[in-house]
Amino acid sequence: MKQLMTGNEAMAEAAIQAGCRFYFGYPITPQNEFIAYMARRMPEVGGTFIQSESEIAAINMVMGAAATGQRAMTSSSSPGMSLKQEGISYLAGDQLPAVVLNVVRGGPGLGNIGPAQCDYFQATKGGGHGDYHCIVLAPSTVQEGTELVQDAFDLADKYRNPVILLSDGRLGQMMEPVEFKPRKPANLPPKDYILEGKKGRNRRIICSLFLSEPVLEEWNKKIQEKLARIAETEVRYEAKMVEDADVILVAYGTCARNSKEAMRDLRARGRKVGVFRPITLWPFPYDALGQAVRKARAALAVEMSAGQMVEDVYLAVKGARPVFFYGRMGGLVPSASEIVQQVEKIFSEKM
Amino acid sequence: MQTTKSHPKSLFPVSTHYCGGCGHGIVHKLIAETLDELGVQDSTIAVAPVGCAVLLYNYIDVDCLEAAHGRAPATATGLKRSRPDCIVFTYQGDGDLAAIGTAEIIHAANRGENFTTIFVNNAIYGMTGGQMAPTTLVDQKTETTPYGRKVQNEGYPIRVCEMLNTLEAPYYIERVSINTPAKIRKAKKAILKAFTYQKEGRGFTFVEVVSTCPTNWGLTPPDAMKWSADNMEPVFPLGLFRDKGAEKEQTESGEKN
Amino acid sequence: MPQNKMPYIDIVVDRCKGCELCVSVCPKKCIELDSNAVNVKGVNPAKYVGGCIACGSCVLVCPDVCIELYKEEKAKKIA
Repeated sequence: MKQLMTGNEAMAEAAIQAGCRFYFGYPITPQNEFIAYMARRMPEVGGTFIQSESEIAAINMVMGAAATGQRAMTSSSSPGMSLKQEGISYLAGDQLPAVVLNVVRGGPGLGNIGPAQCDYFQATKGGGHGDYHCIVLAPSTVQEGTELVQDAFDLADKYRNPVILLSDGRLGQMMEPVEFKPRKPANLPPKDYILEGKKGRNRRIICSLFLSEPVLEEWNKKIQEKLARIAETEVRYEAKMVEDADVILVAYGTCARNSKEAMRDLRARGRKVGVFRPITLWPFPYDALGQAVRKARAALAVEMSAGQMVEDVYLAVKGARPVFFYGRMGGLVPSASEIVQQVEKIFSEKM
Repeated sequence: MQTTKSHPKSLFPVSTHYCGGCGHGIVHKLIAETLDELGVQDSTIAVAPVGCAVLLYNYIDVDCLEAAHGRAPATATGLKRSRPDCIVFTYQGDGDLAAIGTAEIIHAANRGENFTTIFVNNAIYGMTGGQMAPTTLVDQKTETTPYGRKVQNEGYPIRVCEMLNTLEAPYYIERVSINTPAKIRKAKKAILKAFTYQKEGRGFTFVEVVSTCPTNWGLTPPDAMKWSADNMEPVFPLGLFRDKGAEKEQTESGEKN
Repeated sequence: MPQNKMPYIDIVVDRCKGCELCVSVCPKKCIELDSNAVNVKGVNPAKYVGGCIACGSCVLVCPDVCIELYKEEKAKKIA
């Protein structure tokens, strides 16, 4: 049965349905509806809700709950995500599962509360210190948001890795019809690492400190091998009308919606345009995107930023075709008509 | 002939990396004895700090989670909320707890989280080579106060017990020391009480241990014990700040009379 | 080890760091650093030289749990 829900609330409900029973968070616009929803809903399902003293405390509370085998999450927006980076690095180094939602807003610094995509580097290139990656999922509709939240918990548990959900201020606030479909429980490995009191066995340690350099290198290799497996098996994307396209729009999240509208507009006037929408920003669909763009004549990356995902597009295309960029900053969203204009420019001036 | 005390079961019989004469060894021993006496070794989860005691899990034989610097009370909150049946404790130094971690300890104490914090205060940063701590004494020379701590530049030492005592929720707060055998006995009583209260589900318990750092103070261990008693205790007075259990008993026995 | 029933201490020499806390707290000066011995840590370890009165101070103070105190259990009054 479909119901109208805002992105923030729908994704919170999805977390509950995925079995998340520990939520720790701190208010920050534009995700306050998420934390308020959790405050109401967690007690209803016998879960634990704490409004922590800061975003830093929240991510560390997640660490504690995750270390005992719970599905735990926190949510924030850009400035709060910056605060969480140390904690996320620790989670990655500990190889603990956790889900972190970033409802991205204008930056840098205090920025504003408009939607943005300027945290792409932070999310995908590792905003925290050390060699690690979070799996990064980017929904572009509220419905998809609910599905990716549940996927996030499964992926976090499957790989013992933190997962970031990259939403934005528009997706978080908009209302769309949502249906929570029942899911088959995923086939997940047993949690044989959790802390629960040693109970007669040898005691377990969860840590990321390995003072011996060779030992730390081995630990890092394990993590890198895991990331390589994730890159091989968990890439997701959506490709619409790219087979015969001359220009491929590359966009995710909110920008993908407007790009699809622009694509429909352009197709209506005879321009062969397609949209390639990465869903996993890490692992980024380099191969699939590279192949698609090589079949076309050019790519146009569209982002709510100064140009962050576009660098991964360059990497995917490897210079085989020209890659253009169009972006808005400050909380503004590239509209479909602006995108259409940019594509027309490419057709008339560049090709 | 029998031995008065065998090696605590909850303590690995290994050499520690702590400097000779360091207070950590004494406090670890008291905690391990406490876990043995309460029979909770198998259900305890420790939270290790960043500081000299980062390798606590190599010495105390319990499940252990390493926390980020200062965040142990937040991490312990996540642990204890998830496993209220487990005994959870944080073990933190003066940098971890009173510098970077001030928010986390205050708010965990304020929420009355049912775990125990053992705060080892030796007025200096040991692991990083002897820099000023929030609890460094006025005029005390350290790596970062080579002319002595100056009130104008560095402020005064922070009294954590007194600060936490302004909050409603904490159940038990006591400051002890380990600089004489008699005080070590009292410290043991306090640590036992703190963990016992936790086992009984009573609320947040906190024991500050005025300790030593012979290496960074530039003193022999025996002299460091004396320095701790003579110089630290006037600034960090030992004693009981709060014991809701004792208050409760008093009220109840008062009511009976 | 003393053969009579006087209390005594036993020191785990290899864990001793020579910190001398035990030496400093013993009221009867029963412990000294053994200048004729060097343990695996390269220090002169503590050594019991007799006179123990079973006060337990050394056991309390040793940070490395090196000391075990042996004493006769007090006989219980029967009548």
